[in-house]
Amino acid sequence: MGELKLMKGNEAVAEAAIRAGVDAYFGYPITPQSEVMEYLAAEQPHKRTGMVLLQAESEIAAINMVYGAASTGKKAMTSSSSPGISLKMEGISYLAGAELPCVVVNVVRGGPGLGTIQPSQADYFQATKGGGHGDYHMLVLAPASVQEMSDFVKLGFDLAFKYRNPVMILSDGVIGQMMEKVELFDPIPRCTEFNEEWMLTGKTADREKRVVTSLDLDSAKMEKHNLDLVAKYKKMQENEVRYEEFQVEDAEYLFVAYGCSARICQKTVKIAREMGHKVGLLRPITLYPYPSKRLNELADRLKGILSVELNSGQMIEDVKLAVNGKTKVEHYGRMGGMIHSPEQVLCAFEEFLLK
Amino acid sequence: MDVKDIIKPENLVYERTKNLTDKALSYCPGCGHGVVHRLTMEVLEELQITQDTIGVASVGCSVLAYEFMNIDMTQAPHGRATAAATGIKRCWPDKYVFTYQGDGDLAAIGTAETIHSCNRGENFTVIFINNGIYGMTGGQMAPTTLPGMKSSTTPYGREVELMGNPIKMTELVAQLPGTYYVTRQSVHTPANVRKAKKAIRIAFENQKLNKGLSFVEIVSNCNSGWKMTPVDSNIWMEENMFPFYPLGDIKVNGELVTK
Amino acid sequence: MAKMKGAVVVDVERCKGCELCIVNCPQGVLANLKSQVNAKGYPYVYMKNPDDCTGCTNCAVVCPDGVLTVYRIKV
Repeated sequence: MGELKLMKGNEAVAEAAIRAGVDAYFGYPITPQSEVMEYLAAEQPHKRTGMVLLQAESEIAAINMVYGAASTGKKAMTSSSSPGISLKMEGISYLAGAELPCVVVNVVRGGPGLGTIQPSQADYFQATKGGGHGDYHMLVLAPASVQEMSDFVKLGFDLAFKYRNPVMILSDGVIGQMMEKVELFDPIPRCTEFNEEWMLTGKTADREKRVVTSLDLDSAKMEKHNLDLVAKYKKMQENEVRYEEFQVEDAEYLFVAYGCSARICQKTVKIAREMGHKVGLLRPITLYPYPSKRLNELADRLKGILSVELNSGQMIEDVKLAVNGKTKVEHYGRMGGMIHSPEQVLCAFEEFLLK
Repeated sequence: MDVKDIIKPENLVYERTKNLTDKALSYCPGCGHGVVHRLTMEVLEELQITQDTIGVASVGCSVLAYEFMNIDMTQAPHGRATAAATGIKRCWPDKYVFTYQGDGDLAAIGTAETIHSCNRGENFTVIFINNGIYGMTGGQMAPTTLPGMKSSTTPYGREVELMGNPIKMTELVAQLPGTYYVTRQSVHTPANVRKAKKAIRIAFENQKLNKGLSFVEIVSNCNSGWKMTPVDSNIWMEENMFPFYPLGDIKVNGELVTK
Repeated sequence: MAKMKGAVVVDVERCKGCELCIVNCPQGVLANLKSQVNAKGYPYVYMKNPDDCTGCTNCAVVCPDGVLTVYRIKV
């Protein structure tokens, strides 16, 4: 059993970064995720592992520092919250276009605009549908516990390097700020071998130069690149879909929810079952690729699905696409930093699905 | 004596560096970019640091610099070259890292990244081409466009009351404690080319000292954007650009040069 | 006193005919043969007065396209 600790979600991300052998963290403060960089600064990761820590002048600079470090094969990450993630979107598009690995943590707050500092899931579209310009996807992991905040940093880098693609950990103010018991994984040493053919290490006489770019002015070549990316995303869809089911076996109705909303729904499932309603919960862990196949299978025997999100109805579009009209799909969610209670979800279930 | 008797390997005194690829440069005839590309690559060759160098191309005419420079390079989003270079250099303090940026990239959209990289004293080299115009997009006003100078977005000349004054980034970054070497050069005559090369060489050698950022501005022509012949554009540059952007060292060994 | 004799080889296909080498040649060696163009359509430079070349390399130093290779001997 690994070391046990009581930690905030944001602190768990930071500790996991050091333990995962991350080479560099570039950040910029924003509520509700500032503890990530604060924890790192207090820990002095350069002393523990040699990890670089730098507070950039902006989120834009931070993501481009990640871009530079990632170009050389280093494990680089950044974290921010919604408005800051918007600023990073150009850089993320470049990272995706140049096929560079990195991990970006978004501790989501309410929006649009400056919005609020309270929890939200309003950045679902931005995270899963691209967010920046051009045809691309990040691989999106949605933690629902402080434990997963830690575990997904390590998993995120494994996936980022496996697919040479940016990975987003789409968290929220609840998971980032709350304290829970975490079992920390054992530290992995930082990588010292940089011999994959895309990594910039300096051109030696015995090899061709290496270039990291997202640009190709030849449309035919650019289309080929786009097709390669599409093939990569298809592989992710085949191999990387992750989800968790709760009392789905005999369910007639299903909640679909991720992150903190899934935890609330778990309680609602218990209350609803006590009342005699056969309700289950599916919690997508990867928001991209989405567990569409599983939802489609379940839809054959379901009387209805409630997509429960802290937003105006974003993930519901993926649920509807997955279900493809087989069963009724409704949305419930609060916004602006307000969080639904299990009872409110129950009311919504009764109103939208039972009536 | 016949020319054929002179053209023999043992008599060779100048050839194109192998640090440039064979690809024909995409720049307009007479453009200073080609010279600065060559000088940078010659310096790496002479210092024997090609295998330890990582370059950062920017957005603008020189976006394809990596096609011509035969070294490992990345291409940063518009204005963010110094941020990308920071990421590289912080992870690889023993490598030589440089950015190659134009005036739009460095002095407009990337002003924050430029100033903060300079201010942090990042230990890399910035090569800044200032031709007072946006060449790539077709000759629009740059932050460095001179007062009264015509461009496609200032067809009657830059009106300072409306569009503000041109920005002297090089003087500005020289004021920051993080810069160690700041100079302004040109590449329009053989003597100036030789001086510019010396400056670029110092800017790379300084990385060994770990004392801060080295910043080399090259005032260059953009004959297409200025709508002149290459030869005329160099004369115009001497008459109009140099009085506003005077050549010479501004900061050496971390000390401002007093004139 | 030893005299320098030089020669310039023009990579014709690389030349864009900008003429910066011509104006920077102290000996007036180079000229642009306007009547001939390379595959890209650029009129290119040639050694009009080869006997005057001293191999000073000024032409190659200012050439943006790396067109010129310079040779020199003492005579």
